[in-house]
Amino acid sequence: MIEDFFALAFKNLRSRGIRSWLTLLGIFIGITAVVSLISLGNGLQLAMASQFGISANELITVQAGGISGYGPPGSAVVDPITRDDARAIERLSSVENTVVRNIRSGIVEYNNNIQFRYVGSMAQNKKDLDLIYLQLDQEALFGRLLKESDFGKVLLGYNFYNNKEEWGGKQITVGKSILINGEKFEVIGIMEKKGSLIMDNVVFMLEDDMDDIFGFGDTADLIVVEPKNKEEIDKTKEDVEKLLRQRRGVKKGEENFEASTPESALATINSVLSGVQIFIVIIASISIFIGLIGIINTMTTSVMERRREIGITKSIGARNEHIFLQFFIESSLLGLIGGLSGAIFGTIIGFAGMYGINNWLGTELVPNIDFLLIFLSLAGSFLIGGIAGIIPAMQAAKQNPVEALRG
Amino acid sequence: MDKKKEKKVVIELQNVHKYYRMGENIVKAVNGVSLQIKEGDFVAILGPSGSGKSTMMNLIGSLDVPTKGKILLDNEDISTLSESDLAQIRGQKIGFIFQSFNLINNLTAKENVMIPMIFQGYPPEERHFRAEKLMQLVDLSERMHHAPNELSGGQQQRVAIARALSNSPEVILADEPTGNLDTKTGGNVMDFLKDLNKKGKTVVMVTHDVDLIKHYPDIVYWLRDGKIEKITKNSIGRSKN
Repeated sequence: MIEDFFALAFKNLRSRGIRSWLTLLGIFIGITAVVSLISLGNGLQLAMASQFGISANELITVQAGGISGYGPPGSAVVDPITRDDARAIERLSSVENTVVRNIRSGIVEYNNNIQFRYVGSMAQNKKDLDLIYLQLDQEALFGRLLKESDFGKVLLGYNFYNNKEEWGGKQITVGKSILINGEKFEVIGIMEKKGSLIMDNVVFMLEDDMDDIFGFGDTADLIVVEPKNKEEIDKTKEDVEKLLRQRRGVKKGEENFEASTPESALATINSVLSGVQIFIVIIASISIFIGLIGIINTMTTSVMERRREIGITKSIGARNEHIFLQFFIESSLLGLIGGLSGAIFGTIIGFAGMYGINNWLGTELVPNIDFLLIFLSLAGSFLIGGIAGIIPAMQAAKQNPVEALRG
Repeated sequence: MDKKKEKKVVIELQNVHKYYRMGENIVKAVNGVSLQIKEGDFVAILGPSGSGKSTMMNLIGSLDVPTKGKILLDNEDISTLSESDLAQIRGQKIGFIFQSFNLINNLTAKENVMIPMIFQGYPPEERHFRAEKLMQLVDLSERMHHAPNELSGGQQQRVAIARALSNSPEVILADEPTGNLDTKTGGNVMDFLKDLNKKGKTVVMVTHDVDLIKHYPDIVYWLRDGKIEKITKNSIGRSKN
């Protein structure tokens, strides 16, 4: 019996006008948002992490300011970290090595075209350089990485090579010379594409070269700290924080500096992401609620329009519960169709988005198709359709046959 | 009255009144009607518009309950039944034919015929089998997969007749069955009803068309102002059988 009502509902839905389908937009958008968000999940996390240059290496980064940001530290820091701080940190028993790094915004000139780019300093001994390359997780695509004695030479991010339009159509390659703040440098290498706006546009040069141009003296924008024991990275981080609190005379909780591990950085990324997720879930809930109202609306209209049909079916023997079921099932199916199209579209977005992320980052991620989630969202939209259908279906069932027959 | 004493009474109206409120006024659409419809009868209820014949049709078809008086369907007082139970019994015992056919346009002709059987809980195979048989009976086997709006008026009314017959009801209740048809097609439909009556079906027809009552019905109730004005028996109709 119930399957007959499903069959009837399908036939009725087939003959519905576009207006009925438009009311499904709410549920469609809601389910699309949720399904695409979940299927992109780990891809988004990775994309954000790489954008901020977070690698999985077990290193601690210390920077002044106490702002939770991963872009190049601003020059507006009041109380910068110094090389002395780095030396003090290195003396800690739990620390293996430290490297000081500075980052400035520089004027890059090539082929009479000028662009502003971040310039990052590189250490001038092999041990420290290796640590920086470990942190950056970088390889040379052309040429080679900077060595400790490469004065007057620069290592460039992938976009310098890739975007020749920015340089008047002339490609920057290994061996070419570029001007940085008016000083001439030879390109020694181009780095692999990282998918990060910062890393793909950066200029690396040795510390002394950079000091000559920018003159940062004893200050450090950030200190990279290598712990002695990678398993105890969190303890090392605490040691570093304790030491810096003493040296800078601040209390716990009032730090004007920040020490971060990849894990804590990822935690920040994740908290940003979960903020985004919560936002999308709220949007999705609102649009599903609007979808619910839409279905109530279209079903109520449908009951009015089909009064005569209700009268006919009652006169040929339909019980009230038959009429109720017919409209209730029809409404549930409407919801299900909205959910189904949303789930399909959401999955498509998941695949397309992941394709985009893979292209951008050079990764090979696969969208996370959560069949349980899809099943639940389909069941949910079926249920929402049903809930929306209860009142209209009750209205339909209680129609007086004589009046309904009059239409 | 009837010589065959053993003939069962299928529908009985006992001093039935039906009043409607129209604004301030109360309209006495049916005002004290008693009649018995017996198995195998071909009954016509004839009246001009406003005579209360639509209300009579609703009452006889147990679509509506009387304000006063009693309606017995197979000796059961319909006022004791719930709306749903009444609908189900109606589906079993009465087959409706309407002036405007009242087919469901989303469904094919055959599906329209199957619908009443769904409500009576027939298994699908039986529904298909019976619907096909009935479509054969009304000579529309070729067109059973067409939607009603792809059929002519006469064909639609034949589908409606097939639908009315689908639960093998005791009574066929036809409300102006030829009202939307031309004379020739209308005649065919009437012949068909007469044929069903000859095979033993009870037929009740509500109409305003005096021509229709000349040939077909056995008994004619003349309705005026909600009351039965006179009852005539049609000897011609009988003798023709």
